[in-house]
Amino acid sequence: MLERQKMPEQPPDARRFNFDEVALGYTDEQAIEEAKRCITCRKPSCIGGCPVEVRIPEFLGYVAQGDFDAAIREIKTDNALPAICGRVCPQETQCEQACILSKKGASIAVGRIERFLADYERRKGMEVPPLPDPTGWKVAVVGSGPAGLTAAADLARMGHAVTIYEALHETGGVLTYGIPEFRLPKEIVRAEVEYVTRLGVTIVLDAVVGKIVMVDELLAEFDAVFLGTGAGLPTFLNIDGENLNGVYSANEFLTRVNLMKSYKFPEYDTPIKKGKRVVVVGGGNVAMDSARCALRLGAEEVMIVYRRGEEEMPARAEEVEHAKEEGITFRLLTNPVRIIGDANNWVTHVEYVNMVLCEPDDSGRCRPQPLAGTEHTIEADVAVVAIGTSPNPLVPRTTAGLEITRHGMVVVKENGATMKKAVYAGGDVVTGTATVISAMAAGKKAARAIDGYLKGDLQQDVEAKKQLRQVSAQDGHAQ
Amino acid sequence: MSFKILRKQELAPAIHLMDISAPRIAQKAQPGHFIILRIDEKGERIPLTIADFSWEKGIITTIFMVVGRTTMRLSGLKAGDELQNVIGPLGNPALIEQGATVLFVAGGVGIAPVYPQTRAFREAGNRVVSVIGARNANLLFWEDEMRVVSDELYVATDDGSRGHHGFVTDLVKEILEGGSNVGKVVAIGPPVMMRSVAGLTRPFKVKTVVSLNSIMVDGTGMCGACRVLVGNETKYACVDGPEFDAHLVDFTLLMSRLAMYRAEEKLAAEKYRCEREGCPC
Repeated sequence: MLERQKMPEQPPDARRFNFDEVALGYTDEQAIEEAKRCITCRKPSCIGGCPVEVRIPEFLGYVAQGDFDAAIREIKTDNALPAICGRVCPQETQCEQACILSKKGASIAVGRIERFLADYERRKGMEVPPLPDPTGWKVAVVGSGPAGLTAAADLARMGHAVTIYEALHETGGVLTYGIPEFRLPKEIVRAEVEYVTRLGVTIVLDAVVGKIVMVDELLAEFDAVFLGTGAGLPTFLNIDGENLNGVYSANEFLTRVNLMKSYKFPEYDTPIKKGKRVVVVGGGNVAMDSARCALRLGAEEVMIVYRRGEEEMPARAEEVEHAKEEGITFRLLTNPVRIIGDANNWVTHVEYVNMVLCEPDDSGRCRPQPLAGTEHTIEADVAVVAIGTSPNPLVPRTTAGLEITRHGMVVVKENGATMKKAVYAGGDVVTGTATVISAMAAGKKAARAIDGYLKGDLQQDVEAKKQLRQVSAQDGHAQ
Repeated sequence: MSFKILRKQELAPAIHLMDISAPRIAQKAQPGHFIILRIDEKGERIPLTIADFSWEKGIITTIFMVVGRTTMRLSGLKAGDELQNVIGPLGNPALIEQGATVLFVAGGVGIAPVYPQTRAFREAGNRVVSVIGARNANLLFWEDEMRVVSDELYVATDDGSRGHHGFVTDLVKEILEGGSNVGKVVAIGPPVMMRSVAGLTRPFKVKTVVSLNSIMVDGTGMCGACRVLVGNETKYACVDGPEFDAHLVDFTLLMSRLAMYRAEEKLAAEKYRCEREGCPC
């Protein structure tokens, strides 16, 4: 009762040499056993822990009875991307943390069951729910990442005609270019995107909004626009040597590996530098992903350098654990101060300094301070900078009427509306680097607001205009 | 969606012209813009400058030199074939000013991106002087086209097989020293040439613009592969450029970054030859 069902996984010494998925998923029996552990609280707190408010106790109940079809139907009412969320959501800080059992031992493995159900349905063939009659309203969604896909799916289920514009040649945004195959197989992303298209959503690839079409042009064609353009602008450390050959932004490193499949070079045409000794700077999930990709590309040693301690690492505990099992080493409380190169401009060493954590300030965060005199160098032939991203500027730069923060983020009201009429935004373009699920929650909230706007304000406008026309027509007649 | 090649022509040995059907891109294209293309599922994304475009016909023209696997594969395509992805127009368009004498300097395949700018500057009422060059007469293309859009056109070849025997920079120097009142220089070509032109115009204090062809992946500012150092500040050629003030560009860094995948490029090119001609190994 207190023990949760273990997730079958590829053993570390096998998986560090391949890009196949690490976690293998529950069996039917494991899923049922795990779901049966739910104590069906009268006032369940788990739902409140889910950013998209999936009715967790309901679907667990179906699973416990072995009715997987009803269970997945229940999830999909609130979440169009369960196979993705079941894999990459930080459940341990959301629904599973809210689960009452977490205080009594181990919470229900909600994420694993969600993943199991989504995989079950995918194998069987996805069911498309009945859709309402078309409302006649048209919405453009910019970006096919988690925020855009969720907004599009919800809007489609409300009866609106939705078109997604995607800048890259594949859908999924960060799910495709950022998160590696071994954590989120691209086949799964494609399947969930296909589900969204089966809800009636049209996707236009290779369309960079702000270049081939402007937001104002979209507004001429559509009744509302949702911006889910993500945080596609890498941040660097601003230290010497960052432009040396062999130094990558995590975005570039992961895009080459995941989107362009350079791990299959030369079968695929996109090259990547396969380092022997790789240093990854940062402590988030993106840093873990980069380090584990570098290892799978054939590195002999991969080291994560992070300026704070393990406690402060923003990465999921599970990802840190997986990285450690695979043999990645961690140098905590260290920070690079410069990157050193050879005569041909290739990185050879990273110089770093030890850091100390000070007392937290009013914001609750403590700025680590460098410890003078502790500078030393380590050998590296590839370095990956994974210290976060800021919003991509293409849309903000080319759209008048949006309010943009000093850090390039789009300002929105509580409901996701921007300062520009009929334009909504959500996800990393509003918050800066965050999680897949928080972007999905923002997409969901904006979809609700867009629906309200279309059926409320805009509908009234249209009717008022219609009446005005009728009145003026009658006036004309009277004369 | 795929993009049909409407015309394919070898302009000079290893230099190819390709007209692509891309109506939506053509509609927004301006001089200075580039595209990113991917041939097929396994292809890489490479940037190519838009050398010409027709809004009415929905066509963009690109010109490329065969240097690596992707351009080798492109050179093997013919009219009627399709490219899986064409993305654009990307980058900032060239700033077309008025009322000056503008000197265009183009080396090798750099004639392609210079052409639409030359035309636009001329149409805007500027006096346009152009200098084009190549290693030899065989490798020179669009001389007639350039003549039509230039008030004066000068040609240089390294071996003297056409025009001036020497480099384009010799002619640039002559023109600047001749006191022809050049208000702006636009130089596009191999980085070595652009660096020489920048060095040459600096003492004359003539505003000089170069277009940088760094390695790119997405072309939308997302990856940072194309970063260049301009005035000691890191810039992204794809969203901040591709045009920059030549006097501020760190060309040494540009050149070393362009060589980043030399070993991999060699391997990929060998693979192409093996696929085409049968593998000796």
